[in-house]
Amino acid sequence: MLELADVAKRVGEDVHLHAVSMKLEPGSFNVLLGPTRAGKTTLLRLMAGLDAPTSGRILADGEDVTGVGVRNRDVAMVYQQFINYPSLTVRENIASPLRLRGLDRSAIADEVDRAAALLGLEPYLDRKPLELSGGQQQRVALARAIVKRARLVLLDEPLANLDYKLREELRERLPGLFAETGAVVVYATSEPSEALMLGGYTATLHEGQVTQFGPTPEVYRRPNRLATARSFSDPPLNVLHLDQSPALRQQFGEGAATVGFRAHHMRPGDGAPSDLSFDMEVTSTEITGSESFVHVAYGPANWCMLVHGVHAVEPGSQLRAHVRPADILEFDAEGRALELSGRG
Amino acid sequence: MARITLDGLRHTYSEPGEAAAAYALKGLDLAFEDGGAYALLGPSGCGKSTLLNIISGLLTPSEGRVLFGEEDVTRATTSDRNIAQVFQFPVVYDTMSVRQNIAFPLKNRGVRGPELDSRVEAILELIGLEHVADRRARGLSADQKQKVSLGRGLVRSDVNAILFDEPLTVIDPHLKWRLRTQLKSLHRETARTMIYVTHDQTEALTFADQVVVMFDGEVVQVGAPQDLFERPEHTFVGHFIGSPGMNLLPAQISADRARVGSVEVQLPGRATPQPQQKTELGVRPEHVKLGTSGYDARLVRVDDVGRYRIAVLKFGGETLKALVPEGVEIPAAPKVSFEPNGLHLFADSRRMQWEGRA
Amino acid sequence: MKPVNHKAWWLVLPVLVLVAFSALIPLMTVVNYSFQDTFGNNQFFWAGTVWYEQVLNSERFWNALGRSFAFSTIILAIEIPLGVFIALHMPRKGIGVAFCLVLMSLPLLIPWNVVGTIWQVFGRVDIGLLGGALAAIGVDYNYVQDPVDAWATLIIMDVWHWTSLVVLLAYAGLAAIPEDYYRAANIDGASGWAVFRYIQLPKIMHVLTIAVLLRFMDSFMIYTEPFVVTGGGPGNSTTFLSIDLVQIAIGQFDLGPAAAMSIIYFFIILTFSWVFYAVMTRDPDAGQQVVENSEGEAGK
Repeated sequence: MLELADVAKRVGEDVHLHAVSMKLEPGSFNVLLGPTRAGKTTLLRLMAGLDAPTSGRILADGEDVTGVGVRNRDVAMVYQQFINYPSLTVRENIASPLRLRGLDRSAIADEVDRAAALLGLEPYLDRKPLELSGGQQQRVALARAIVKRARLVLLDEPLANLDYKLREELRERLPGLFAETGAVVVYATSEPSEALMLGGYTATLHEGQVTQFGPTPEVYRRPNRLATARSFSDPPLNVLHLDQSPALRQQFGEGAATVGFRAHHMRPGDGAPSDLSFDMEVTSTEITGSESFVHVAYGPANWCMLVHGVHAVEPGSQLRAHVRPADILEFDAEGRALELSGRG
Repeated sequence: MARITLDGLRHTYSEPGEAAAAYALKGLDLAFEDGGAYALLGPSGCGKSTLLNIISGLLTPSEGRVLFGEEDVTRATTSDRNIAQVFQFPVVYDTMSVRQNIAFPLKNRGVRGPELDSRVEAILELIGLEHVADRRARGLSADQKQKVSLGRGLVRSDVNAILFDEPLTVIDPHLKWRLRTQLKSLHRETARTMIYVTHDQTEALTFADQVVVMFDGEVVQVGAPQDLFERPEHTFVGHFIGSPGMNLLPAQISADRARVGSVEVQLPGRATPQPQQKTELGVRPEHVKLGTSGYDARLVRVDDVGRYRIAVLKFGGETLKALVPEGVEIPAAPKVSFEPNGLHLFADSRRMQWEGRA
Repeated sequence: MKPVNHKAWWLVLPVLVLVAFSALIPLMTVVNYSFQDTFGNNQFFWAGTVWYEQVLNSERFWNALGRSFAFSTIILAIEIPLGVFIALHMPRKGIGVAFCLVLMSLPLLIPWNVVGTIWQVFGRVDIGLLGGALAAIGVDYNYVQDPVDAWATLIIMDVWHWTSLVVLLAYAGLAAIPEDYYRAANIDGASGWAVFRYIQLPKIMHVLTIAVLLRFMDSFMIYTEPFVVTGGGPGNSTTFLSIDLVQIAIGQFDLGPAAAMSIIYFFIILTFSWVFYAVMTRDPDAGQQVVENSEGEAGK
């Protein structure tokens, strides 16, 4: 288990990470989600012991490890760049953490074969990493992290440099790879869809602050802040500032200042009477073959609708769409979430 | 401005005349109409970057010709071809201002005075960077830098095509959406031929009118996004387009039935494969329905990915994925049915035609 | 929790002792000397700023300082552009790379006094190849008698010895420029000069800063080579600050003035290095904020 207690990081005047407290259970898969420079890497480095926090304490399995360097911690790390020993073969690369631990030959061979089988690396064991494709290189790095059997596994956007399809395949297998070791796995990404597909727990980050931490579907469906909802929406969250729409203002409670809803919750046409309806102007449409992204303007707001099937709507034309009350997220003037579907 | 024709292109990075496997491009004929929006889509190593470099003139093909209009430019240099390119990592001239960056290609071609100024102003407005026009380019964010390099391409009136080499790689997801739609509207406004290389299906499908799907040095299908989704000509297209990709189940075909393991599936038509062919039944997860009647299947697990769930099933011994929209119940012991139009047959990876509907 | 390990200090100790003996203690001794007077027998008297005043008021000091500056300026003006020029024309791939790199490293591997001796002999009119050859074609060259010839010899020698350093640094900087920049420039129709001016030069500015700094400090402190080749002559024409300093300290045994001069010398170098560094590494974008994204948030 990894526990952070009021851990914060400042560099000079800059706050890189506001105080955060979180408990990561053994065997859990945890995603850190946020845009570039939101503090994901800072948090990972603190967890790893590559940096020491300015304040707060870090506990690994109940033991205070604050300020203990990465070498004295039980940590495995995989980065966005494919980092392997270029002069060693794939087999030697995977074996390297085991050699350091002083395992005997046959035990090393067993472990290497097992990890190679898990990641489909058997055909490449005698090649050098640089002779492999990007996806294979990253699998070697992952295999090394697996055999290390560390208590804490940190993955810093490990799939970002891979092809889309390859990402999909590895993403599906990743949570299972470390499950049996009982390690705490932390995975940093900037893509909301990746967090959703990986499942487990998600912590959303925004400008150096962990805004929410909980089971992934719950954080997705019940974001506690506007910032969380924004970083956890792809296509981007559609946001409506109520002071710009006096007509809609009365439909919401006193405290509500902003409402948001996701692209796929906007449905074309008239809905039930209790639904919120909008008349909008279409700015452009993008068609993926199975779905259409219809970009619309509602007053000063630019929104995106995700519609099933092919809808080639001419830019400039008018479109009516509705959103169900249950799908609307309400936030107060400070961007804090109000009770979900608190309205009638 | 002209139509771009690729005629019998083959390319190898080693000695010509080697085994076909050594070729990065294994022979392709393509035409890009003037003013179209195209995407070259495929995994890394499929030859799409090689193809792009051949079009831009950074590479001379081992065999075949490149025509701009009627003119053979196979051996012409990049600067003679009037091509613009936006690279994966933004290329800007650090020490110049945004305005100077955009003026640069014109200045190099001897354009001066009011004509230069008015062209540059028009482009600054088009790409929405007027407010940073006099800043140094190196202080810009990644998406702005990409706009600057795009602006350098758009500013020239003589450009035959603008090539994009995975231009959104270093852009944050939220900005990707904005930049992509802006690219699309820029294409509409300028009516320039644009060729966009990517491994990301969403980028390719949303940007292009025609998507060229490449695999292992060959073009496997050219079509509109909808065609690729609804009528994949090759199992690779089925697998590559869509997320998750098409379910491809090994199947024995006899007339209008396909046997997948222990289950026999009724087909919407007949098909007769050759005896030695490997046959597969393809169905997209979107076209698999879970209900209380239909074929037997066993539910293995359900992944909640937000706006839909992915149900993973065992179907006749094979793995089958179904897409279930948010808010739709999944029965505990579901039966499986398929949308008739969503069933496809492949023989040796190629699409099979129905012999009249049953 | 592990206690913080203090044993590491023992590992650093030998270095600290070495630095103390080789740098700190001699430096403090020099500082002491510069404020003291002595008549031998290890008897010292407080002298205040007498030596500093004496040095700063002597024409000899200012002349030497002027020569040192002139030498460094000429050296930088030749070696930096020449080094960049050579680096630009070195091959980027193939076996030529290794060959060029080895060739460029050779002069750097030769000890200073050997370089001096080589050129001292090379330039001699009677037995030197260069001197002899020039004499044979009728050029009136004699670095022992003609101050201009002496300067030319020292400058050519330094250029021969140290331009490689600039070449290697600039080459490393050039090699780090991504290929896409050249492609973009090609597409934009940029001339060779424009490529240099707007891509290569800005991208190697950082390493050039280091090159200028190193070459300035080194040439400003040059001692061995002119000492071996010209010994500061003819007359005082190649008596740089360093040579003058040694003449005062060892030749005349005026420890007080020599110490004061050393301290002044030290501060000149320190100041100039700092100014160089500050000027060349200042951020041209200072005061310009990095713009996050261009448009206002949707819907605000």
